[in-house]
Amino acid sequence: MSPASLLEVRDLHVEFPTRHGLARAVDGVNLRMGSGEILALVGESGCGKTTLARTIAGLQLPNAGEVLVRGKPLTHGRRALREHRRTAQLIFQDPTGALNARQTIYEAVAEGVRIQKVPGDEEQLVAEALGRAGLRPPERFFTRYPYELSGGQRQRVIIAGAMVLNPGLLVADEPVSSLDASVRGEILGLMLTLARETEIGILVVTHDLGLAWNIADRVAVMYLGRIVEAGTTEDILISPKHPYTQALLSVVPEIEQVEQRILTGEAPDPARIPSGCRFHPRCPLVESGEAARLGIEERCRNDDPLMLPACHAVAPPAAVAMESR
Amino acid sequence: MSGQPQPVEPATESAPLLSVRDLHVAYPSLGGELPAVRGVSLDLEVGQTLGLAGESGCGKSSLAGALLRLLPQGTKVSGEVLLNGEDVLTMKPGRLRAVRWTSLAIVFQGALHSLNPVQRVGQQIGEAIRLHSKQSGVSKRVGELLELVGLPARRASDYPHQLSGGQRQRVLIALALACEPRLLIADEPTTALDVMVQAQVLALLEDLQERFGLATIFITHDLSTLAAVCRHIAVMYAGRIVEQGPSTEVFANPAHPYTRGLAAAFPIIGDAAFRMHPSGLPGDPPDPRDLPGGCPFHPRCPAAVDICPSTPVELWPAGPDRSAACVHVSGSPVST
Repeated sequence: MSPASLLEVRDLHVEFPTRHGLARAVDGVNLRMGSGEILALVGESGCGKTTLARTIAGLQLPNAGEVLVRGKPLTHGRRALREHRRTAQLIFQDPTGALNARQTIYEAVAEGVRIQKVPGDEEQLVAEALGRAGLRPPERFFTRYPYELSGGQRQRVIIAGAMVLNPGLLVADEPVSSLDASVRGEILGLMLTLARETEIGILVVTHDLGLAWNIADRVAVMYLGRIVEAGTTEDILISPKHPYTQALLSVVPEIEQVEQRILTGEAPDPARIPSGCRFHPRCPLVESGEAARLGIEERCRNDDPLMLPACHAVAPPAAVAMESR
Repeated sequence: MSGQPQPVEPATESAPLLSVRDLHVAYPSLGGELPAVRGVSLDLEVGQTLGLAGESGCGKSSLAGALLRLLPQGTKVSGEVLLNGEDVLTMKPGRLRAVRWTSLAIVFQGALHSLNPVQRVGQQIGEAIRLHSKQSGVSKRVGELLELVGLPARRASDYPHQLSGGQRQRVLIALALACEPRLLIADEPTTALDVMVQAQVLALLEDLQERFGLATIFITHDLSTLAAVCRHIAVMYAGRIVEQGPSTEVFANPAHPYTRGLAAAFPIIGDAAFRMHPSGLPGDPPDPRDLPGGCPFHPRCPAAVDICPSTPVELWPAGPDRSAACVHVSGSPVST
C-alpha cells in the first residue's frame, strides 16, 4: 500500500432507523486503497457493501468516521460534494436504468462534462471517453439512443460517462451482474485496462468471487457491516482464514466440488447484530464444537474480534490486535 | 410430501417423460417474423436433469414457454412437445389446464413478481392445490409443502413482502410442487439470489430430484451452476442447440467454440489461466431476423475457417454421448 493512498476509510459508521431499531449497516469499517489498484469488496446482500460504496461516493452521509480521498477528508457541503463526485465516480449494476432513454449517447456522456465544467473541447472529450471505453469509432455512437445498443455497450457508455471526468476513483457496484456471460469478460477486461493505463483506483462491490479472481489486486470480505478479512486476492481466495470467507468460497459452483459449507439462513439483520463475534450464530466452528475444543467458544460469544481476520480461531490473542487495519 | 408424484396416465414403458421434436417458435414483429427457436429436439427421462445454457436472446426462455404453451398470442409454434406421449401443442384448453401444474410446472426468476403481493403465501399455494387437485386437507398440505422447501409451516400466513428473496424463491418452488408435477422447469431460478442463498436453493432442488424422481430442466446463462447441478447440458445459440452432452465433460472440455467462450467467462478460482485475465466473446448475438449464413456463430468465432460462412451445420457426433454443431468436431462430414 502506498503511503499516499488514494482512498482511506477510517472507522466508518452508517446507521439507518428501522422499525426494529437502529440498523448498523456499516459498523466500523477501515479500508485503504492506492491508485491503479482494483479492490473487490465481497459479501452477501445485506452485508452493507452497497451502503459503504455509496458513502464512499458521497451519496450517503456517515454517522461517524471519515472518508479521505488523496488525504483530503470528504465533507458534505454542496461544493465539496460536487468536487468529490468528480473524483469518485459511481457505476451501478443496471446500465439500462442508469441511462436516460430519451438522451443520445453523446448527451449522456457530455452531461457530466457540463455539470462539472470540465475544461477543453466538449466533443473531443466525449469522443475520447467513448473510445477509451471501447466504443469505436466514437462518432458512430454520438447520435444513437440507448435502446439501439446492447447491454454491454450501454455499460461501456456508463463507464465512458464516468471516465470523461478523469476521476481518481471508480466505485462500481455489481458492474457486470446484469450482463450476459460473454459480455461480462469484455467489461471486466476494460476495467482492468483502465486501472493499468490510467492509474485509476477501482473499488468493485460484488458477490461474485470469480470476478475478484479475474481482476482484483486485493479482496476485502464484508459481513454484517464489518470487514472480516482482507488481503491480496491470492491469499484470500486460495487460503482463506476466516470461516465466513471459507464458506463463501465453498459454495462457488465448480465441477470438482469441495465439501460445501452452506450457511443456514440469510445474512442476519443489521438491526440486531449479535454480541461477541457477529458471525458466531452461523459459524461452522461454533456449531461443530470446534470452537469449544479450541477453548475459544466463550470469546466467540462475548468478545468482538477487532483484528483481521476477525476470528478468534485464527489470530493469536492480543498480538495482531494492534494492526486492526 | 404425501407420497411419490403419481403419473397422470400410464406412460408407455419406453417413451421418455418429455420428448421435443423439431420445435420452432416465431414471434410476430413489425420487421417481419422473429424466429426465436429454430428446430430444437430433446428428450428427458424420468428423474433426469437437463441444463439449458445460452445468452439472452438465444431462445432458451422461448423454448421453456413453448413447453407449457405460455407464449403470447400470435406466436407461431410448430413441432411436437410430447409429454408422456401426448402432444402439449395440440391439447384442448381443459386438458392443458389439467396438465399444467400436475405434470409440468415452472419456476421463474422474479420471485417478487410471480407472487400476489396482497395475498398470504399459504393462500396462494392453497389456491393452486384446490384448483388442480384436491379439496380437503389443503392447509395441512400447504404446511407440508413449506416444510419441504425448508420454511416453517407458520410462514403460510406471511405476505410476500415479509419474506426475503431466498424465502420467496422457496415459496415459488413450493407452489410449483403443489400438485406433484413430474417435470419442473426452472428458468433462472437463482439468478436474482445471493451466492449463499443460491447454494441453498440449488441444494433444495437437488434434494427434491433425488427424493421424488422429479425431472428438471434448468435454464440459465451460468454454465458453472449447470455443471454443478445437471447431469446433461444443452447449449443454445441463435435458436438452436449447438452442443450437448454430459455436463462435466461439456464444461471441462467443450467441443463447440461458443461453449468454450461461454465456459471461459466463468473463471475457476485458483486457476492461474484466469488470474488477471477476464475472458469473454467479442461481438453480440446476431439479429434473429438476419442470421449469418452457414454457421450463425461464425462472425464471432475465434476458430472460424473459410467454409464456415457457407456450410450449414447440424449436431454431429463429438465423442461418446456428445454432439456439437461445428465443422471442427470429429463427426462432422467436412471435418477439418
